[in-house]
Amino acid sequence: MVHGELWTVKELFVLPNEYIYWSVQIVMYPFMTGLVAGAFVLSSLYHVFGIKQLKDMARFALVFSFALLFAAPMPIVLHLQFPFRGINVFMTPHFTSAIAAFGIVFFTYGAIVASELWFLYRKHFVEVSLALREKRDKNIGEWLRYLIFCTLTLGVYDLSEEALHRDEKAIKFLAGLGIPVACFLHGYAGFIFGSVKANALWMTPLMPVIFIMSAIVSGIALCMLTYIITMEIRKMLLSRKRTQPGMRRESMEEIKGVEIHVIQITAKYLLSFLVAAISLEILDLIFRGYTALKSWDVLRSVIYDRDFYDIFVMQYGIGNLVPLILFLLPGLTIRRTMLGVLFVLFGVFMMRWNVVIGGQAFSLTFAGFMHYHLPIVPHEWDTFKEGLFGALSIFAMPFVMFSVISRIFPVFEYEKTH
Amino acid sequence: MISRRNFLKRTALGIAGASLPLAAFKIIDAKKLLAEAAAEKSSAVRWVFLVDTYKCVGCGMCVKACKLENEIPYDANVSRTWVERYVLTKTGKLYADTPKAARDGFTTAKIDLNADGIKDISKEGIEKAFFVPKLCNQCENPPCVQVCPVGATYQAPDGVVLVDRTWCIGCGYCIMGCPYGVRFFHPVYHTAEKCNFCYHRITKGMKTACVDACPFGARQIGNIKDPNDPVTKVIRDQRVGVLKSEYGTKPQAYYIGLDEEVR
Repeated sequence: MVHGELWTVKELFVLPNEYIYWSVQIVMYPFMTGLVAGAFVLSSLYHVFGIKQLKDMARFALVFSFALLFAAPMPIVLHLQFPFRGINVFMTPHFTSAIAAFGIVFFTYGAIVASELWFLYRKHFVEVSLALREKRDKNIGEWLRYLIFCTLTLGVYDLSEEALHRDEKAIKFLAGLGIPVACFLHGYAGFIFGSVKANALWMTPLMPVIFIMSAIVSGIALCMLTYIITMEIRKMLLSRKRTQPGMRRESMEEIKGVEIHVIQITAKYLLSFLVAAISLEILDLIFRGYTALKSWDVLRSVIYDRDFYDIFVMQYGIGNLVPLILFLLPGLTIRRTMLGVLFVLFGVFMMRWNVVIGGQAFSLTFAGFMHYHLPIVPHEWDTFKEGLFGALSIFAMPFVMFSVISRIFPVFEYEKTH
Repeated sequence: MISRRNFLKRTALGIAGASLPLAAFKIIDAKKLLAEAAAEKSSAVRWVFLVDTYKCVGCGMCVKACKLENEIPYDANVSRTWVERYVLTKTGKLYADTPKAARDGFTTAKIDLNADGIKDISKEGIEKAFFVPKLCNQCENPPCVQVCPVGATYQAPDGVVLVDRTWCIGCGYCIMGCPYGVRFFHPVYHTAEKCNFCYHRITKGMKTACVDACPFGARQIGNIKDPNDPVTKVIRDQRVGVLKSEYGTKPQAYYIGLDEEVR
């Protein structure tokens, strides 16, 4: 069977070679890089602009952005017909192609996040490795931990006031440098679509900007979601550990107070970026209708007829309007926020879906349509990786990564980092 | 015992010393070399295609020949070339189809609307109808070459766009970038696939498989740089059109009798 034939249904006049070649993994790709970029921008709001209320969230967002970073290129790898040839992009990058620079942008960004993390957690590394060095008769686990943390210090044990001050300066610089790079990383994902002149729906210079805005929205939303979840888990653990005497920990009220405060502040930033994203998308839609180029007839029937439910009900309705109302109503609670950010994440995912799948919903002839049927049950490798379960495993990846790397970069042990 | 300072000093010296003779070598720019090689060969040839839509009867022999010649699995629903049928009714409606890429020819008057079923149009209801063969336009400004992230697809000096099956990563960006829908994934090799004017034939003095298979001379291939080539003469003397010129791709497949309705 031809690649794409399995999940494509053609209607009316469609060219013989036309199928939905870019399927759910290409929906996941901008979605994941968007989360990476958004999480980083959120963390930079504290480090660069000194928005003090976001201090807790900033550290968390940076670590989470790092966890997401590992998952971001995975959708493309799974989408490739030859995943092991993906390395060719680094060997013979063909720079007229928008995809060719991906490796460079991605690794530049990765290096920035990694070095910012290092400066942020340097003190912690030194303290842990020194404490473990002192300790006699270490068991294997402690030896391993000692080895890892020793390596992570990179041989720098200077914890003087002056050195720590320099660290802070470096963090600020890297966070500042990271914002344009993060925006570039994602704006450039938008450029990959926006520059395809053969596709009437994708081709617009607004595409990169729309992608950046919705990326920041989704990144903030995911950080809020994960923050709330981890806070709830901590509260649960705390209430269990209450029974053990002699352990000094933060009180339940302390955690609750911190949580709602951080959430309320972050929600404000989420809202403003959400409004910007929606405005740009609506502007694009209005502009297309007003200029009504040759392709508008077929685009109109896709947008207002065939994909009406996906675009106006799922994306704009459930994904944008509902969370907008939820966040704007006074007296924001944790539960309401949780619901809101879930809708926001869903809305951004639907936006990616409507761009990627919607862009392939009509034929190059402008006289035919294609429908995409997401493979649910995987009966072979192809239907797994480009099906529901492939997408879900990509989505689960950053959470698994986060649980691993948060052991090295503790997110909630405040006193250990600066 | 060597001190750290000395160690660093000597390392730096060593590297500098080692790199000096390396600098004596000329850095080879593969592109420049290729360009020079190309300029040598180049190119007294620029392949172009000419389709006379008046002569096409929709028999599908060209598609059949292409599939066999270029080893595109016969029953796979993809093809390097295909024939489209356009039917305009007296009520002003347009119907078009290309069942199985017209591999078996148009043997019935019924229009295949894919998932929308079959449309039967009475002979009396037809205002005009015609066939349009399609294949790669071997654009002068090929978007598929522009978007390939690894350079696995490239334009030969004679204008034909080729794919390196050993280097293609299968991202599908070229398929998305082509406004003519000529590209697809090969069902067996899983790399990007397209019409290459039967490059293995034309470079040996033969015609493409589809040109040879066409019983009516609707398809012709020629060298536009040769003023005496019959194809060049037609393109220069007669009124010909190209497909979707608005994309700026400068397509090199010319059509006689191109209708406004052709997509």
